[in-house]
Amino acid sequence: MLRFIPILTIVLMIGPVSAGLIGTLLPAFGILPALGGNSPSLDPLAALFAQPGLGSSIRLSFINGLAATVVSVATVMLFCAAWQGTRIFHAMQRILSPILSVPHATAAFGLAFLIAPSGWMTRVVAQVAGWDRPPDIAIIHDPWGLAMIAGLVAKEIPFLFLMTLAALPQADTERTTQVTATLGYGRVAGWFKATLPRIYPQIRLPILAVLAYSTSVVDVAIILAPTTPAPLAVRILGWLSDPDLALRFMASSAAVLQLVIVLVAMAVWFAGEKIIAILGRHWAEDGRRFKRDKGARGLGAVLALVAAGTVVLGLVVLLVWSIAGFWAFPDLLPRGFSLRLWARELDTIGSSLATTLCIGIPAVLIAVVLVLACLENEVRTGKSAGRRAMLLIYLPLLVPQISFMFGLQVFFTLIGLERTLMSVVLGHLVFVAPYVFLSLSDPFHALDPRYGQTALCLGASPARVFWQVRLPLLTRAVLTAAAVGLAVTVGQYLPTLLIGAGRFATVTTEAVALASGGDRRMIGIYGLLQMVLPFAGFACALLIPAFLFRHRRGMMAQHKE
Amino acid sequence: MPEGIKKGLELRDVRICLRGVELVSVDLTIAPGEIVTLMGPSGSGKSSLLGHICGTLPDVFDVSGQVMLDGSPLDGMAPQDRHVGILFQDDLLFPHLSVGGNLAFALPSSVRGRANRRARVDEALRSAGMDGFYDRDPATLSGGQRARVALMRVLLSEPCALLLDEPFSKLDSGLRDQIRSFVFDLCRKNQLPTLMVTHDPEDGDAASGRIIHLD
Repeated sequence: MLRFIPILTIVLMIGPVSAGLIGTLLPAFGILPALGGNSPSLDPLAALFAQPGLGSSIRLSFINGLAATVVSVATVMLFCAAWQGTRIFHAMQRILSPILSVPHATAAFGLAFLIAPSGWMTRVVAQVAGWDRPPDIAIIHDPWGLAMIAGLVAKEIPFLFLMTLAALPQADTERTTQVTATLGYGRVAGWFKATLPRIYPQIRLPILAVLAYSTSVVDVAIILAPTTPAPLAVRILGWLSDPDLALRFMASSAAVLQLVIVLVAMAVWFAGEKIIAILGRHWAEDGRRFKRDKGARGLGAVLALVAAGTVVLGLVVLLVWSIAGFWAFPDLLPRGFSLRLWARELDTIGSSLATTLCIGIPAVLIAVVLVLACLENEVRTGKSAGRRAMLLIYLPLLVPQISFMFGLQVFFTLIGLERTLMSVVLGHLVFVAPYVFLSLSDPFHALDPRYGQTALCLGASPARVFWQVRLPLLTRAVLTAAAVGLAVTVGQYLPTLLIGAGRFATVTTEAVALASGGDRRMIGIYGLLQMVLPFAGFACALLIPAFLFRHRRGMMAQHKE
Repeated sequence: MPEGIKKGLELRDVRICLRGVELVSVDLTIAPGEIVTLMGPSGSGKSSLLGHICGTLPDVFDVSGQVMLDGSPLDGMAPQDRHVGILFQDDLLFPHLSVGGNLAFALPSSVRGRANRRARVDEALRSAGMDGFYDRDPATLSGGQRARVALMRVLLSEPCALLLDEPFSKLDSGLRDQIRSFVFDLCRKNQLPTLMVTHDPEDGDAASGRIIHLD
């Protein structure tokens, strides 16, 4: 039984992606019998390229996605180089881990509330400069899409930071740092010359996931990106939601175009890697020490702090807006506070939380069981999954959501599962399982194999070793992985909307739907609601093991290493 | 302990190779109650040999020869069915269980009844000079106490042979003699064929049995 779980898992990851891609490709070339498309044609493509502003949409997706990725990666690398092993580094670790649980849309709303013309930061400036009305410029939805880049960067930095953190110990980086320092290198230069080349292969996949996400993001783009024209992914969603069903053909060809954009962006990234690798080797061997790097170190700290600070401050402003009474422009705080809106929305809040959990709990449970079974199977057979299998599990994160979600919806319709809880759960599982795997595999592999060997030699069956030794020892890691999974399902916008065909109103679909209305108090409420479940999940992951093992000091020490 | 003809632990021409390179090659019989010491530098495949005997060696290694315990072959058997106990240099007490829980984990399920099982564990604790330690957190024990619990845990699983993988190297030198004689005495008392690998010559001297040098 256990032997088949890895294959089942891969099928559950690859199946939806391939079914979805086929279901997108066929209509893109005119084939969708349900809507009368029976023969192949290039009309959908022609219609797509006749759309006004398509070039701008492509540019926004491509350039801004790459820019967001470059800025996020550069910031994380610079920060790690400058501060690894210091107190600031550990402090940042504590701040950034919870930020990882903030859904993208919440972070984007928070940012919007800070930098919008009537946002909180603008109010601070207005207080100083003596303005009495908001400046008349587009700060969010700006034509360059800078706000979107900022929103993506603020949210991707914590993710890439934690991925880098997981890679660091495997490359013996603490001692490498000592070696480069005693050879006379400045911290930053030593890290970039000696450590980065060793850890980069391990953070490459997460970086590509960030790249694919940033070039095809929908929810953040709806909240922060320019609207005329919008980035491609947002326009695709618009066409898919159009009552004119004939637009589905063009939407599909646009979804294929979106896939091509992501692939080209990855090709550009690979080319960049190659160039940097060649230049970097010469640079590493030229012997320059860069001993005075206070400036670079300061910059690294500032960038990381600004990113973290933006998300945290954004959450605070969301909270304030959700309970704000009358709040005139340059005032830094509202005149009064009221819970009236929370009380009015209580029923909707309850039902959207319930819907979110109805989808999230099964998706997380299935993901955790599958991942644990895969890892346990590895231990029992003594064979590790290998890089190729890893890539397959990552695949859903590397293909733009919008390019296969519509096709998947078509597929589910075909097999009669459209708009069902099951299909939405399966749609979420595709994104939850990779993150659960990512979160659980390191702690699972880090567990001393001799615990298992000892237990076996004491006469315990492999099943008993799993249930009574490995699983309890990994309690915290398993719960953390489940919390990560929950945060992922709560944040899913597109799969819920497309596969559920609007039937499932989760906290995230509700929040994003409010974006165009501009009711700040309502956005404040639903933005915060998105935070509630992930936050509760991480709190449980922290408190449950602490309670269960309150008399077992060894369980605390074990996880501090 | 299961009944049967006590022939001890036999390693018949056991060779372990990794990617065509021979790591270790031994041919040896260990009588019940005998302690054989295998000395050799690190990387000489000592631990791989122990892994092979207890059945936890990963299958990337190529192994030839036969391992016999009390006359029957162990090769191909699952580790949990072999009745071969092992002690590592770390005590590897399960941190999530109490001291008594660790011992009860090892006690075969054929010992029935809660009170009966508890009595067996308490008895083991008493014989280790640790009366009343059932509910203690293993993390609060001293190094010597942990080592003794680890040994009692192996013995409660009713092994027919015992493997020691540098079991004393992490103990303070003052404790080492005391734990050594505690372990060796119990091995002899339980008539266990015991194979110890170490790089500390004092371990071999203290065992006062055959010493085999690997190179």
